[in-house]
Amino acid sequence: MLDATRSPLHPIARDTLLAALDEGWADPRRLHREGRRARLLLDRARESVAASIGARPDELSFHPSAEHALLAGVRGLAHARRRTGSRVVTSAVDRQVLLDEAYAVDPGSAPLPVDRDGRVNPASVAASLAEETPAVLVALQQANGEVGTSQPVADVHSVCRSAAVPLLVDATASLGRVDPPRAYDALVGDAATVAGPPVGVLTVRTGTRFDLPGPRWEPEHGREPADPWVPLALAAAEAWQQAEAARAAEAESARELVDRIRAAARAVPDVEVVGDPVDRLPHVVTFSALYVDGESIVDALDREHGLAVASGSACTSSRLEPSHVLAAMGALTHGNVRVTLPLAAVAPHREVEVDRLCRALPGVIADLRSRLGVDDL
Amino acid sequence: MCDATDKAPDLDARGLKCPLPVIRLARIARAADPGTVLLALADDPAAEADIPAWARMRGHTVTLERRGAHTAYRIVVG
Repeated sequence: MLDATRSPLHPIARDTLLAALDEGWADPRRLHREGRRARLLLDRARESVAASIGARPDELSFHPSAEHALLAGVRGLAHARRRTGSRVVTSAVDRQVLLDEAYAVDPGSAPLPVDRDGRVNPASVAASLAEETPAVLVALQQANGEVGTSQPVADVHSVCRSAAVPLLVDATASLGRVDPPRAYDALVGDAATVAGPPVGVLTVRTGTRFDLPGPRWEPEHGREPADPWVPLALAAAEAWQQAEAARAAEAESARELVDRIRAAARAVPDVEVVGDPVDRLPHVVTFSALYVDGESIVDALDREHGLAVASGSACTSSRLEPSHVLAAMGALTHGNVRVTLPLAAVAPHREVEVDRLCRALPGVIADLRSRLGVDDL
Repeated sequence: MCDATDKAPDLDARGLKCPLPVIRLARIARAADPGTVLLALADDPAAEADIPAWARMRGHTVTLERRGAHTAYRIVVG
């Protein structure tokens, strides 16, 4: 399995979840023994995640998904500054949910362009913040989950500081896989990235103006209408804690495996490896093969080699549009293969699968090209 | 922008999905001399990323112009 945007639960997170089904099932708002126990466990989960990512428990909230956490972050920062304006600065490689939200509040604002590696230039953020229409926040990824490229978070945060505009860092593809960012005003992570359940967390730095529109809610520092299900929060906390403990060795091993895939893909004629080769996530790699459609590659790897990979090509998704990330980078969108390595803890045989992928690639692509009659192009 | 606007398209790939527009275009470009100007029409959204990416990989230059439901591509063979 080489498509780990969702993966099996980390075995220890799984044990934690199972134990929590008995211990933490109750409504943490109830005053009886079971309710108090669930509250205690939820507090512990919050403290644990905060410790894993270098935040404070009173800054951190659990959300039903990473997308919910991103939207809560954007809306809370934007509403708090509604007297200033409404424009949200995004980049062309941001997650669709963020781009849609930025468009909804200001259809006139366009995401910032990126370079061939998918990187945002801090100078273009500064230029955007100097525009006449005031911006209420900047959203930036720590690293892109499709192509792996890291963004200059610290530099962009300085730019934001100078303009007195808050920075929301989308670390949904990175948190737990690389060093947590230090320079941010709000930070979003996804436990699924570290083999936890798909639970989102949002951290808003103390002192950052944050106010969600609508009625006042109690749960999760007023950021959610309901408390999280405590067993899920505990499993998410466990996943981050395990990821943190194993991170250095895990990242080194993932980086080495991704380097093997990059080398194997580059060796195939007319295949472009996309994204920064060095300053990137350790566990993500994508490449595109000219003249081949992504669906056929994914299908051939699955049927003939038992390998599960993803693709950003249009024909492989339910939509007609190809990956907006590849398009923004000027990369080929057809013939695309995307690998997201699962943690070694949930995929002990991942090295074997990576080597199988590397061996299979030249033949799979040559075969498809020969069937299409494009060998001579 | 497209000074090849008025000539008949060398490739009408409207209705074709990726990667077919690029493959058809590559076939035509392969047979053309350097400096030849080709006009192609396509309405697959992926072509807007893929035709320029292919041109870059093959050393051609391309400009594109959106015309309502489809896009016109002017390719100078490199």
